[in-house]
Amino acid sequence: MAMFLTRRAEFSASHVCSNPSLSEAENQALYGLAANPHGHGHNYVVEVTVEGETDPVTGMVFDLRELKQVLNDQVIEPMDHRFLNREVAPFDRVPPTTENVALEIWNRLKPRLDRPGLRLANVRLYETPDLYVDYRGEPCS
Amino acid sequence: MLLTRRYRFSASHRLDVPALSPEENRRLFGKCNNPYGHGHDYVLDVTLEGRLDESGQIANRSTLDRFIGEGILARIDHRNLNTDVAELQGIVPTTENLAAAIRDALLENWPFRARLDRVRISETNRNIFELES
Repeated sequence: MAMFLTRRAEFSASHVCSNPSLSEAENQALYGLAANPHGHGHNYVVEVTVEGETDPVTGMVFDLRELKQVLNDQVIEPMDHRFLNREVAPFDRVPPTTENVALEIWNRLKPRLDRPGLRLANVRLYETPDLYVDYRGEPCS
Repeated sequence: MLLTRRYRFSASHRLDVPALSPEENRRLFGKCNNPYGHGHDYVLDVTLEGRLDESGQIANRSTLDRFIGEGILARIDHRNLNTDVAELQGIVPTTENLAAAIRDALLENWPFRARLDRVRISETNRNIFELES
């Protein structure tokens, strides 16, 4: 029987959503206040869900310490208290919308978590308590 | 990918089926049948499913907020659901029926490439209703 295990973490970061090849007015139309040129910040909350079988010996799906460590190394450490556009690739080229940040988190975690009997099942990223995205690895571009 | 946006509105309602006797209504709806109605601070979560557009978004946030704000919230926020909402005339304004009315109203003029995945309404922190589109 598959079991889902979710770990939550938080990071605070600034960003600006704009496409350098578009005018300021076009960026405002696409992203609203999020296009303000000098950036603004959020307290992001990320919920990472892995799916696996409960080990009959340990009674665990996965070692939570390792999940915490991977999440910390791949997401929290590089993104916390950073300006995403300037300090975190690929957001020097890709607008750090909630969708794109969730996709990047998925891409960073997937190869480090997937193994026989375990897979990354969902990344939920809250930009604010009132806006979040869920990504499960389906084609999305 | 799924995008969920949360909105809030406050409204009053009374649960009562005129075809039933007062005793039956009280048995069926309990306190929700009290004659002068009562209100809730509702939370509405709207979930869209789709691919990213050229801007890296499932849907434009301003367009979404305007669509929900003008199309839904302006008609139900600080209103009496029994008397003030056209879609609920002749229907018991339970949150089940409200969720269905909101889903139908959204789909009628849906302007997004992404599809409506679900509508979720919390009537209180303890009562939550979710409707797949």
